[in-house]
Amino acid sequence: MPDGALPVLDVRDLKTVFKTRAGEVHAVNDVSFALKPGELLGVVGESGSGKSVTMMSLLGLLPSPPADVRGGTVTFGGNDLLKVDAETLRAVRGGKIGFVFQDPMTSLNPVFNVGVQIMEPLRKHMGLNKRDAAKRAQELLELVGIPDAQRRLKDYPHQFSGGMRQRVMIAIALACDPQVLIADEPTTALDVTIQAQILELMKELRSKLGMAVIWITHDLGVIAGIADRVMVMYGGQVVEHAPVKELFGNPQHPYTRALLKTIPTIHGERAARLTIIEGQPPIMMNAPSSCPFRDRCDVAFDRCERENPPRYDLGDGHDAACFFDARTGGPRDA
Amino acid sequence: MLDASKDDQPLVSVRDLKMHFPIYAGLLRRRVGEVKAVDGVSFDVMEGETLGLVGESGCGKSTCGRAVLRLYDITAGSITIDDREIGDTPQGQLREMRPTMQMVFQDPQASLNPRMTVEAIIKEPLDEHTSLTDAEKREKVGELMDAVGLNRKFAKRYPHAFSGGQRQRIGIARALALNPKFIVCDEPIAALDVSIQAQVVNLLEDLQEQFGLTYLFISHDLSMVRHIATRVAVMYLGKIVELAPREALYAEPLHPYTQALLSAVPEPDPSLEDKVERIILQGDVPSPSNPPQGCNFCTRCPAVMDICKVEEPDYREVRPGRFTACHLYSDNNDTAG
Repeated sequence: MPDGALPVLDVRDLKTVFKTRAGEVHAVNDVSFALKPGELLGVVGESGSGKSVTMMSLLGLLPSPPADVRGGTVTFGGNDLLKVDAETLRAVRGGKIGFVFQDPMTSLNPVFNVGVQIMEPLRKHMGLNKRDAAKRAQELLELVGIPDAQRRLKDYPHQFSGGMRQRVMIAIALACDPQVLIADEPTTALDVTIQAQILELMKELRSKLGMAVIWITHDLGVIAGIADRVMVMYGGQVVEHAPVKELFGNPQHPYTRALLKTIPTIHGERAARLTIIEGQPPIMMNAPSSCPFRDRCDVAFDRCERENPPRYDLGDGHDAACFFDARTGGPRDA
Repeated sequence: MLDASKDDQPLVSVRDLKMHFPIYAGLLRRRVGEVKAVDGVSFDVMEGETLGLVGESGCGKSTCGRAVLRLYDITAGSITIDDREIGDTPQGQLREMRPTMQMVFQDPQASLNPRMTVEAIIKEPLDEHTSLTDAEKREKVGELMDAVGLNRKFAKRYPHAFSGGQRQRIGIARALALNPKFIVCDEPIAALDVSIQAQVVNLLEDLQEQFGLTYLFISHDLSMVRHIATRVAVMYLGKIVELAPREALYAEPLHPYTQALLSAVPEPDPSLEDKVERIILQGDVPSPSNPPQGCNFCTRCPAVMDICKVEEPDYREVRPGRFTACHLYSDNNDTAG
């Protein structure tokens, strides 16, 4: 991935709150990241960490109310996606930015055959006529490895298996040659052997088509195998961000370190007992004024209670939002 | 004999268990076929051990777990728990057996009654099966809540006030209420976040030690099963294809399906990840209502031979303590059996 290249997607200080009867939930707090052309950015976090809401916010996919995208900029193709009108945004969604959702079962329309659903973006965004769209739809199904593509176009979603349905979803997302593909837990609902098929397909498609990908998951194993860079989210914030080998080899945030220790592995050493992260994820009812991880952190000190740590640059594209410096074993300077 | 070592006593013995669900179709709802969800499985669970049962969705592992507890009326086979045959016992007579065998369900949201307090949920098995006084029951509920790490003060709250991990603890406390010997854990951590999964798994291990429990641990998470199980059984399309002690299975899987399954698990370490040889299986699992002729895995097997498409391989002990059903291991092995 060229280092000096301009980012295709540049998100700065994105902030999203949900208005509920009990008050405001601060789901995304000042999230910033840049996506370079052709790279795969992995976003890891537990449920409620704000990873999906971040991606939905930047495409205007959240219903408002209750959601309120309160601040930040999302630069894509010279425009700020948070400011453009609905018409422009519609042209971007499903056109230049493709989206693959988690559950292929519920995100396809059961009453239309898959051909119609793949052709929809082609006709809306690219203005193709019916015949050309059908031809392109068939090519797409072949691209994602569905055998007997021409006949399968007339099949309905229920006639496909989970893995095949997810391939159809990927075909729809790829229909208009997107510059950016956002995949939200695309393999979570699938079995491991089918997941391996989809991961292999994604690697192949990336080298063939060269688009940038944002891959959201809670599975660190998937990220290790597919990502170039990784962003770890916790409590609606980015807590650590680094190139993939650096993140797994040299994690700096206490949350990342704990997370890597809690998961058992297939090949490595088998621990007699799993390391656990005590406590529960934070309830984000207040604007963050302290570190969201402090209650569960083993190196927290008084400053973590008073201030929310910014992301400290650690060099080589690595940053971590923590007042504790794991390299020196002491607090970081103000 | 299916036991690995002869000194251990099997607490649960399952032989040739079959669970077929009928398919009805047409105007007259005639029986047109059956889904062979579990199609002839045999295994033992030793006293005090954890037998991991792994496989992909639809392979029949949950059905198998439920059938072992006789939550279904099974199609055929024998199940012995604690020296009592329960394969053909009528449901009415099974009630008195229920305290010995309990279950922890996958979805803590769906398996707790939202209109009952935590205390009422954990107390229900005591109401049903014991003649304790109310005060004794309440004391027992308190002890159970301590054992699973829930604060006694929350006994009067309803399930919605708890997080997913805590709800799973409530489910575990309920399963423990009658001092069972055998607990079937059906994907107990699948609905939980990674950092919470480890908490629940450690709790299950502690309780096993404390109360001498025996688990059948059903999961699709192969790395977690490697952590918790003593022995592991791998299911594919209604049948056990391989059963082996944990270390042996993960170090050297024998059956081609186990090999592919293990190689498909993503490794959370980029340096190891490069070294792992992936076996990418082609195609999907066939339908259990119409399994292929011969070996069930022959449609996707990378090492398929002619005989696999004709003859179903026997499930047998190919090495001490290691069972598999595969033609690859059928000739060189006449001495071992």
